[in-house]
Amino acid sequence: MLEVQNATKRFGGLVAVNQASLKVEAGSITGLIGPNGAGKTTLFTLISGFEKPSEGRVLFEGEDISRDEPHVRARRGIARTFQIVQPFAGLSVLENIAVGAHLRHAKRSDALASAERVGQRVGLGPELDKSASSLTVAGRKRLELARALATEPKLLLLDEVLAGLNPSEIRDIIPVIRAIRDEGVTILMIEHVMQAVMSLCEQVYVLAQGRIIAEGPPADVCDDPKVIEAYLGAGAAERLKREKVHA
Amino acid sequence: MTFRDIAPIVVLIALIAFVPAFITANTVLNFLVFTLIIALAAQGWNILGGFGGQFSFGHAAFFGTGAYAAALLQVRLGINPWVAFAIGTVVGAAVGWVIGYLSFRSGLRGSYFALVTLAFAEVLRILANAATFTGGAAGVLIKLDVRPGNFQFESRGAFFWIALALVGAVLLLTRWIERSRFGAQLVAVRENEAAAKALGVDTLRVKLGAITVSGAVTAAAGGLYAQYFLYVDANIAYGTWISVEVILAPIVGGLGTVFGPLVGAVALHGLGEITKLAAGSVPGIDLMVFGGLLVAAVAFAPAGILGLMRRSARSRGAARHA
Amino acid sequence: MYSPAIIAEAVVNGLMAGAVYALIALGLTLVYGVLHIINFAHGALLTAAMFAVWVVYEAFGLDPYLAILPLTPLFFGLGYAVQRFVIGPASHGNDSNILLVTLGLSIAIENALLAGFRSDTRTLNTDYGFQVVEFGPLLLSKPRLIGFGAAILVTVLLWLLLSRTDTGKAIRAVAKEKFGASLVGIDVAHVYAVTFGLGCACLAVAACLLMPTFYVNPRIGQAFVLVAFTIVVLGGMGSIPGALLGGLFIGVVESLCGLFLGDSLGQIGIFLIFILVLLVRPTGMFGAKA
Repeated sequence: MLEVQNATKRFGGLVAVNQASLKVEAGSITGLIGPNGAGKTTLFTLISGFEKPSEGRVLFEGEDISRDEPHVRARRGIARTFQIVQPFAGLSVLENIAVGAHLRHAKRSDALASAERVGQRVGLGPELDKSASSLTVAGRKRLELARALATEPKLLLLDEVLAGLNPSEIRDIIPVIRAIRDEGVTILMIEHVMQAVMSLCEQVYVLAQGRIIAEGPPADVCDDPKVIEAYLGAGAAERLKREKVHA
Repeated sequence: MTFRDIAPIVVLIALIAFVPAFITANTVLNFLVFTLIIALAAQGWNILGGFGGQFSFGHAAFFGTGAYAAALLQVRLGINPWVAFAIGTVVGAAVGWVIGYLSFRSGLRGSYFALVTLAFAEVLRILANAATFTGGAAGVLIKLDVRPGNFQFESRGAFFWIALALVGAVLLLTRWIERSRFGAQLVAVRENEAAAKALGVDTLRVKLGAITVSGAVTAAAGGLYAQYFLYVDANIAYGTWISVEVILAPIVGGLGTVFGPLVGAVALHGLGEITKLAAGSVPGIDLMVFGGLLVAAVAFAPAGILGLMRRSARSRGAARHA
Repeated sequence: MYSPAIIAEAVVNGLMAGAVYALIALGLTLVYGVLHIINFAHGALLTAAMFAVWVVYEAFGLDPYLAILPLTPLFFGLGYAVQRFVIGPASHGNDSNILLVTLGLSIAIENALLAGFRSDTRTLNTDYGFQVVEFGPLLLSKPRLIGFGAAILVTVLLWLLLSRTDTGKAIRAVAKEKFGASLVGIDVAHVYAVTFGLGCACLAVAACLLMPTFYVNPRIGQAFVLVAFTIVVLGGMGSIPGALLGGLFIGVVESLCGLFLGDSLGQIGIFLIFILVLLVRPTGMFGAKA
């Protein structure tokens, strides 16, 4: 469904993403992990269109979308959430979601009805008439998710929707994400919460210093020495193995 | 739009329409017509500034274009004033689109957008003040020829009704915007442009739509002004005074609300008259109060008079429940 | 055609006017660089300063150049108070509010001056107002030459203040990262107010340098403030060298446009530059990033 081919993004002298390639199969949940500053969010901005790649291409359903503006990509069926939540603070929760719903529904009443359905689905039912700025962190994350879903996407890009949530909130939202996939939406997610990555993702890509250093099912990737060293520093994989033998 | 959306507007306009039946003093009618023209111009600003969050400091560019177009087309080219007025409105929309295209294309927003609109208005003012076609510094005088077909009337009441009808029409237009997809997307751009883009909003198109409509409405106010006073010059039509007036009214009345500009214009000019009565004919005293009021409104009543009324209605309701 | 001497004189006159423009723009760019706001009241405050020069001259016979001594601290204090007690609290930290508050202030100040002094244009009758200095083939106005030197001197002093003193360091720290600055114990509200005060102090000096050759009326600030905005945008928002270079450049452009296009169209060159720079390169021509 989505294919990134050798994407590179430079900001001045800094290479944020370096020859990164990845593939997201239709109907899958694919994870994108990596240490802080690896370039995960930059890669997301290349896929969602907020930045254009310096080199390389982004293909969606076989078409090159590398030069499309973000709203064109949204129309094609790519929706994203923001790592730092970006609510329309002056609007109610329902009105927030309705902005997304308007992408497919021109009539106000249709958009509001659709927004209400989506709001219920992500568990924001009781909060729909509240002001978006009055929501808790968990509520705002759900709002990000709801707004993106309301655009009726084929591919959903989730940028750390679980960050900042406590364990019970994470437990509550994981089934919501799985249900979204089961209804036919393909998901690519950046995530630091490994428990969630392990239980949700079929395929994981690991990004470090702008490069994809590993890919595969989550369990394999976690044992990959390159990945361990990317997170914990050179020599860490060796040390961990020794400790495991001693234990 | 439902009946409930439209009814309050129709009722309000119908009530105001009876005013000339009771008040026939020319000074009062003059004051009311002038206030309605300002309200109309401010309604235009409010569509872009209030709903879209793009604060233009140069709406004189549209007001002046409407005024000059209405005056010049009839004086220089002999076009019927009604037609000239309509063309002026369209030209205002076009100027809005051009200024919008240039500035939004370059990604100008916030104070940069305010500055560039101010500069556009100043360029037009200097040009109108220097060109011979526009009458230079002497301005343009529209010949007195009182005929309804000529957009000139025996009674001031007729003019009052025309101004009121236009204000009413824009109230309905604003209400429609508020209830439409375009309005929802415009407000989304105001609240968070990046998030709006991610949700598929073509932010450039939405902002261009807003500034085009905004330019048309404010230009209509300018055309009305020219037709009422039968005179325009560069410092009236393209002067900073009108850019400031159209910002003040919505902010004092209620930014980004349907009735805000009208309420604000009436409140400000009512207050202005009172200040002048109290302080005598000291020049600038009313504007001095307006300036202070703008600061006070931002500091203490960010939702304007309408916001204050809503808040007090709510607290009275709460008190009754307690 | 114009003779080279006339053009040279226009260029030199433009440079001299430009230095004072630069001083006005300096206040604006400093406030922008630190508070990240565009102070729309800048022009009205300049008008107020020019009236202050006129008042102390008429009332006490104080020479405008000597008036620099009392008026600079006075306007520093005024600016400090306006930022600390009006703009800061009223705007609730929201950018578009600041825009509106400074606009409101400018309307209030300008019209208070109109109410107090009426719309008459006033000048000072100093005995050196029309003195000239011979400079090769050129005849230069003595007070404008003094203005040129003093404006450059003030720019250098301000630059030294920012780069060499602790106050300057605190200002630069707040400009870069106000949250971080507040964490290390810098009183951000105080620094904001000091910066705004410095901006107003620049205006007081500029007013004293302008008045011997210029006039004042309640609307005069508007003419200057748009020029100052242009300089600031041209020089890069927040850049001090940018303001100086931009000021000199704009002074020359205005002078040459006036020469070639006549007085009524002369200003249009400035606005066209302004619009072009904003549209094409809003970060300015001399580097500094917005």
